[in-house]
Amino acid sequence: MSAASTPPPEEDLPTPLVQNRRWMPRLVWVVPIAAAVIGISLLIKNWENAGPQITISFLSGEGVQVGKTLVKYRDVTVGRVSAVSLSADHETVLISADLSRDAAGLLNADTQFWIVRPRIGVGSVSGLDTLLSGAYIGMKSGAAARRERQFVGLENPPALSHGPRGRELELHAARAGSLAIGAPVYFRQFQVGRVIDENLLPDGKARVTAFVEAPYDGFVKPVTRFWNASGIDVKLGADGLKVQTESLAALLAGGIAFDDGPMDAAPAAAGIPGQFNLYKNETEAMAPPDGEPHYVRMRFAQALRGLEEGAPVEFVGVNIGSVIAVDLGYERRDKSFPVVVTAKLYPRRMGAAYEVLTAQGKTESDDTLAAFVGTLVDRGLRAQPRSASLLTGKLYIALDFVRASPRTAFDASIRPLELPTVNGTFQELEASIGRLVKKVNDLPLEQIAADLHTDLTDLHETLSELHARVLPSAVDTLSALHTTLDSAGRTLDVESPLQRGLTEALLEARGTLQAVRELADDLDRHPDALLRGRRPQKMPHRPAPLTSDAKP
Amino acid sequence: MPFSTEMTLAWLIAGITLYIPANLLPVMHTSGLLGDADSTILGGILEFWRSGDWDIALLIFIASVAVPFTKFIAIGLLLLTVRKNSGWQQHQRTVLYRIVEFIGYWSMLDVIVVALTAALMQFQVLGSAEPRAGIAFFCAVVVVTMLSALCFEPRLIWDRPA
Repeated sequence: MSAASTPPPEEDLPTPLVQNRRWMPRLVWVVPIAAAVIGISLLIKNWENAGPQITISFLSGEGVQVGKTLVKYRDVTVGRVSAVSLSADHETVLISADLSRDAAGLLNADTQFWIVRPRIGVGSVSGLDTLLSGAYIGMKSGAAARRERQFVGLENPPALSHGPRGRELELHAARAGSLAIGAPVYFRQFQVGRVIDENLLPDGKARVTAFVEAPYDGFVKPVTRFWNASGIDVKLGADGLKVQTESLAALLAGGIAFDDGPMDAAPAAAGIPGQFNLYKNETEAMAPPDGEPHYVRMRFAQALRGLEEGAPVEFVGVNIGSVIAVDLGYERRDKSFPVVVTAKLYPRRMGAAYEVLTAQGKTESDDTLAAFVGTLVDRGLRAQPRSASLLTGKLYIALDFVRASPRTAFDASIRPLELPTVNGTFQELEASIGRLVKKVNDLPLEQIAADLHTDLTDLHETLSELHARVLPSAVDTLSALHTTLDSAGRTLDVESPLQRGLTEALLEARGTLQAVRELADDLDRHPDALLRGRRPQKMPHRPAPLTSDAKP
Repeated sequence: MPFSTEMTLAWLIAGITLYIPANLLPVMHTSGLLGDADSTILGGILEFWRSGDWDIALLIFIASVAVPFTKFIAIGLLLLTVRKNSGWQQHQRTVLYRIVEFIGYWSMLDVIVVALTAALMQFQVLGSAEPRAGIAFFCAVVVVTMLSALCFEPRLIWDRPA
């Protein structure tokens, strides 16, 4: 174009230059082509990455935001909500979500979806991250082969979202207690699982489904006993107060504990693997199986206040049953009102004794057992109400051998068996306490009190007299004594004239005594001095040779 | 410069092509306590606008939308008129070229914003920002359009066949 502006005088000059430069503009076109290629490749990649679009219906779309709410599988984002709309009948919310391509394999006919919102329970806190990030849609893949794009979401998250390995157990109980879904399952105070479901069976019993995680499901054996570990177990035993609880969480949310049953125990009654009984507490769970109960009836000719349903029946101190009814009967013979107590007994609770009896064939049938009871009655077996605690006044029934009891007729054919009774000892105790109280009552307490009062008045008078008269004179006497002691002290002082005179007199007496001793010595040696008078002093007995010997 | 118009056109087409992914792809990825988010340029502008920061939204809009479009249109207009040897508004067109050359690097504002944000927001747990592919494309758009403007020979506006 520059060539166009100049007149064309010569034609050979620019030719080689032009050919060289020609490459530059050609090369420049690579740039837009490259840009276009990159753009198109991105587009293709994006299109390839786009996965399936699914629709999930929920009852509520709370917390779901278009473009923000994520679909997560095992906490990994696999998609995003692209649209939220109402269904045609306005009953459900339809949530459309774009999933990534690799999530397509997770979509089966039984894939489950649910909305994860923060859930704070006593036993667990879950979905806390959703507090800030908002709800997300969780998903759990199923096993079905059929592909599906339309789903019905779960309103509550499934208990086990990612299918950890383990074992599901079915526990049957009369009542579910305070168990909640998610409540922990303990094995020796280690949490090994959770309660994942609970429902009411048509027969009114509760069925609790528990899940025990993989390495621990081996602890669940046919002999395993399950019990409700909710709350605190406070026991006041001979060894003091025992408070037991599996954990603080179990205290609040309830929980299930399990452990091996007694060694020789028969497998769980249900017999179906994975089905167990859920006992009320550990003691009940660990008790040997009771077997079939046998019913007995007892008539007591005394009031049994304090005997309640469920009160224990003890055979030689072993709890073998419980009272199930306390009724009032009427005896036409003597127009009396005996108390009729019905109790159920579990002979199996007699333990080793029961085995011995079984070996002897005594427990074969109801009749053989009744006959055996008859022999026991002949040996003095009697039912007797006894006081379990003086404090509470509760009674229990003791089956014991009373030696001095009169023989009674025992009819082994009556059902339920009727056991002979003797009256309780607690009434004797009451009577003796009554006698004691009467004796105390009979004491002439008033007279004693009156006498005591007179005596005390006299004593008071005496004391006041003492105070008025004797005390002042005593004070005088004491002060006189004080003066005397004072003068005595002064007399005995070292500086007093008396003391000094005494000392001098003593010195003189010593000199005199010395003179007397000299005189006595003199007289001893020269008794004649008495007659001849004292001789001039010399040393007659001091031998001269001694001195002369010493000289040389 | 010979073949000026051809080269200018080539760079211009490359710039327009690159501008499409620059707007479609996210320019920045932020993750924090409030979740992860990928933001595109237009999405960011809308977000700022909605949250009331209209001044920032306007600034980003000018830098990343208005300026590139101005450049595309201006260079395109210049190329067209030169190709037609038009004598229309020669002085004005020269001024237009100066303006295009001047505003070219202002579009780098976006790139710098992303670079600064990514560098500053590195709190790991609390939050972090990372640049995404879109910003590279946007950077390329700015560079390519500047090259396009450089290749243009303003003399051609006045060069008219006699």
